[in-house]
Amino acid sequence: MTISSLTIHQIRQGLLSRKFSAAELFAEALRLARSENPKTNAYLHFCPERGEAAARRVDQKVSRGEDPGPLAGVPVAIKDVILTRNVRTTCGSRLLANYIPPYDATAVARLEQAGGVILGKTNCDEFAMGSSNENSAFGPVRNPVALDRVPGGSSGGSAAAVAQGTAVVALGSDTGGSIRQPASFCGVTGVTPTYGRVSRYGLVAFASSLDHIGPLARNVKDAALLLQVIAGRDEMDSTSAFAPVEDYLSLMDGNVRSMKIGLPREYFQNLQSETGDVLARGIEVLKKLGCDLREISLPHTDYAIACYYIICTAEASSNLARYDGVRYTIRAAEAESLIEMYRTTRGQGFGTECKRRIMLGTYVLSAGYYDAYYLKAQKVRTLIARDFARAFQQVDAIVAPVSPFPAFRLGEKIDDPLDMYLSDIYTITGSLAGIPCMSVPCGKTAQGLPVGMQILAKHFDEASMFRLADAFEKAGGTAA
Amino acid sequence: MKITEKEVQYVSALAHLQLEEEELQRMCAELDRILAYMDKLNELDTSNVEPMAQVLYDAEETATLREDLEQPTLGSQLALANAPVAGAGYFKVPKVIER
Repeated sequence: MTISSLTIHQIRQGLLSRKFSAAELFAEALRLARSENPKTNAYLHFCPERGEAAARRVDQKVSRGEDPGPLAGVPVAIKDVILTRNVRTTCGSRLLANYIPPYDATAVARLEQAGGVILGKTNCDEFAMGSSNENSAFGPVRNPVALDRVPGGSSGGSAAAVAQGTAVVALGSDTGGSIRQPASFCGVTGVTPTYGRVSRYGLVAFASSLDHIGPLARNVKDAALLLQVIAGRDEMDSTSAFAPVEDYLSLMDGNVRSMKIGLPREYFQNLQSETGDVLARGIEVLKKLGCDLREISLPHTDYAIACYYIICTAEASSNLARYDGVRYTIRAAEAESLIEMYRTTRGQGFGTECKRRIMLGTYVLSAGYYDAYYLKAQKVRTLIARDFARAFQQVDAIVAPVSPFPAFRLGEKIDDPLDMYLSDIYTITGSLAGIPCMSVPCGKTAQGLPVGMQILAKHFDEASMFRLADAFEKAGGTAA
Repeated sequence: MKITEKEVQYVSALAHLQLEEEELQRMCAELDRILAYMDKLNELDTSNVEPMAQVLYDAEETATLREDLEQPTLGSQLALANAPVAGAGYFKVPKVIER
């Protein structure tokens, strides 16, 4: 058994035919993850006891002839902003270095019920704020494809864990591109489902109107299988959607002939680069598959960065107010008054990017600036969402770049926060609209750096998105 | 200048966030540049546009309501387990009220 190339389906076959047990598979995955980790720092910690117990439950079901579940024995890595009961969850922050959650996120509970086996918790930018994974208090993650480069962020550890072959699938979180961009940089598949498709219960809040949990995987089918398990209404998250979850696998029939695909002019006009060339080859593949490609316009694209960084920082400043030295593990020792305790605990605990976003968010919400910045941004968000609604009257899906460039070198952009924000241009538009989007591997640059293709679809139409991505993958979209 | 050092100090007080002198100056320069970029939004006329606070889908107004049933809660022991300082079933904080 070669854990680094097994699919979910192959694991199931292996278990049912008794080629290996879930416990053996878990031990192998854990051994490999531990030995690979000094290279990439993808994992912050492992959970051997919990994983072993879950694997044993799967093996017992198999030996009793019961259905061990759709994710039976599958080693899963979980981004460390998603709560795991009795397993440390740090959010990549010094402030939560010792935080032990008293409950599981709904997505975690569901994937474990389905037979998934949790391998460990993955590194990420502090509170999921960043595009390079360099904002983790526990050191950056290195891209397994090129160790001198970033894996992307903020779900960099989850993407690296899947890319290096230690986890078969992983959970990440995406607020403005934090699943798709690292998936693109590491050469794996990453899915941001429709807003509300997956419960946010147990996802540590960054920007509540934009936060999503979603899967990362080595192929489209595995990503769809994991989403299938974690999707659906949850009473514990009032924003989780009631819309029924379709059977994604049965709808991935490979038939994308005449599927109407929009190519947004605004996304391609400034993409005269190697990334653009790789994407052009991917679009040729879509043409050969018989897709009906047409140019479309999303006219407010250019305003998305400003809009997003006002809304997400405003929400973050409010969400991060809870880390005040009272409830969450760390308190600055020397403070004498309550206010001083808040101020010093937060001043010592948060890293630079979190502080910057708290400050920006507090500013745009403060008296005299609320209308000029926050309310204005919310109105522009309406315009951006409307752009997509109009586009989807003409097309079934949209194809776009994920990032303007492939993985960059560690340290290359860390000193210029605005420049780092601007690199999120292609992913934040879909996040603002709340539509499902994903990155699927599209090929590599001459230097061997992966480039992802982004596919966006209508609200709750993950099925069309997966069908196109799967057909693209099977047509050799990833082989270039 | 979009923001002065004095304003940055004021905002850090609102956010209960202590910044060292060096951080304050750097923050001021960075926020200034970011806020100048945000001005881009003023190119758009949004006078007749409703703000979007949340992604909304069609559902009955009462869809998220549920039966008022007794359910187990965390309990104070678990709730306090991560507290930096706790005692007698409460979170402990520095003295707030002076006699």
